[in-house]
Amino acid sequence: MSTTTLPALSPVKDPAVAASLGRRRKRLDALLRWFCIGATALALLFLASILLTLILRGLEGLHWTTFTREFQPTTYGDPEAPTGGLLHAIIGSLIQTAIATAVGTPIGLLVGTYLAEYARGSLLGNAVRFVSDVLLSAPSILIGLFIYQLVVLPMGGFSGIAGALALAIIVIPVVVRTTEDMLQLLPNTLREAVVGLGAPKWKMITLVAYRAALPGIVTGILLAVARIAGETAPLLLTSFGNSVLSTDLARSMSSLPIAIYQQANSGFPDLIAIAWAGALIVTAGVLVLNIVARFAVRPRG
Amino acid sequence: MSSTTDLAAQGKREGRPGLAGLQARSGAALNPNARVAVRNLEFFYGDNRALKGITLDLPERQVTGMIGPSGCGKSTLLRVLNRMYSLYPGQRATGEVLLDGKNILDADVDINALRAKVGMVFQKPTPFPMTIAENIAFGIRLHERLSKAQTEERIEWALTRAALWGEVKDRLNTSAMGLSGGQQQRLCIARTIAVRPEVILFDEPTSALDPVSTLKIEELIDELKRDFTIAIVTHNMQQAARCADQVAFFYLGELIEVAPAAQLFTAPQHARTQEYITGRFG
Repeated sequence: MSTTTLPALSPVKDPAVAASLGRRRKRLDALLRWFCIGATALALLFLASILLTLILRGLEGLHWTTFTREFQPTTYGDPEAPTGGLLHAIIGSLIQTAIATAVGTPIGLLVGTYLAEYARGSLLGNAVRFVSDVLLSAPSILIGLFIYQLVVLPMGGFSGIAGALALAIIVIPVVVRTTEDMLQLLPNTLREAVVGLGAPKWKMITLVAYRAALPGIVTGILLAVARIAGETAPLLLTSFGNSVLSTDLARSMSSLPIAIYQQANSGFPDLIAIAWAGALIVTAGVLVLNIVARFAVRPRG
Repeated sequence: MSSTTDLAAQGKREGRPGLAGLQARSGAALNPNARVAVRNLEFFYGDNRALKGITLDLPERQVTGMIGPSGCGKSTLLRVLNRMYSLYPGQRATGEVLLDGKNILDADVDINALRAKVGMVFQKPTPFPMTIAENIAFGIRLHERLSKAQTEERIEWALTRAALWGEVKDRLNTSAMGLSGGQQQRLCIARTIAVRPEVILFDEPTSALDPVSTLKIEELIDELKRDFTIAIVTHNMQQAARCADQVAFFYLGELIEVAPAAQLFTAPQHARTQEYITGRFG
């Protein structure tokens, strides 16, 4: 043990300098805080403005007949003429969204599981993840074109099933990403604890990992549903739209986004009002679905 | 790295036996009392050799404490005993680990059946996201078909053995996530013994717990050794002294010394053991 002499420190701490640095820290702290609050307020302002407009104008166009009637041509302001509704679009949206979710979710779930539980760090896994991320950010019109080539042309026309498949392709990468992320978040010790009891890997995944990651996985599915519920572009090339109620998957089928798109473009105030009502229905529907699903998967106990 | 060479040099200066002599001594014949017999075990993380020629017996119905500084290989050894390392590609072991006369490192070993025989309790409590009763039943259902009544009986037995029954018997059907850390750890012990293993491995089971919970777990380990052969990795020397019948000291992937706890802590044979237990390093 030799005692080495430390180099002399700079002059003794100056209280004035320390105080000035402290003031500077406080100023920066306040500045950053107000930037954050300001940015949040700005974002909320836009959101509130959109929602307020949507609710006010949507309620204006909303009537109970909106849910019972199909499309009607404009009334030209004639109070005697019947106004149209969105029944055809609501049913079409429900059918296509349900099929798309039913088809896309299991595929996305299994791919996400493969990436998180089986392919960690493997070349194939990285390739699959990359392709899935590309698909996630691909313009949805491209997916419409893809299904147009693959389904619409061979079938000889627009169809509800083509629309549902296009939407399913949009669902897959969203579910893949959230499933993988949520499974990755689980601590490895949980996996080890399960297999440590003598459980095979598939039981570990299905009985414990899925259960632990369930709220996150459901959030991913909801995100996907919310996204496809509002998709318009891929449906223009696949299910096309229909002015009457059709539940035949082999024929063209309407949907809320398409009905909104067509009626909002019509230039007639009564049709535009119905388009607003449709927008409100989509938004409210997604909101209700969110609340119900979150309530259903809330942690028990 | 430099501390290694310093210690080696010091060992030589003090005229204590080197590692070669130690290995010759411990490469012994099978102890008839041994439940698990480790022979010339080598372990690799990729190219990194983490265990070097380990030979060690876990005597039946006794507690073997494993101590040593971080990275010495004690946890690695534990993870060999139930083949936990097999989850990870790139990790491999050579040598022999004999359980019931069978080398568990063999390729044809049924790993799930092995893990039913060799249970493990981890550093952090790992309750499954289900109810308390389901947590225990989960492991039982993997290996046995029991009636509802038999399952309930087994759950009560396991929770009683884990000294948790009194605290949870009125809320078996509530989520296990609502238990305190110490209760969760005892639940994990109950879950492990419900499968009725022969050997239980504890990997620093109390390092995330408060002193009161720690004491409970230690008492439990003492009680469990009536029926189970136990190995416990710990950083806490007092814990090893309190719980273990024999203690093994590891350093840099080698087993330096194994001896009855009283002997190892009062009259260690090796300089490194002496230095570690007196807190000179590690």
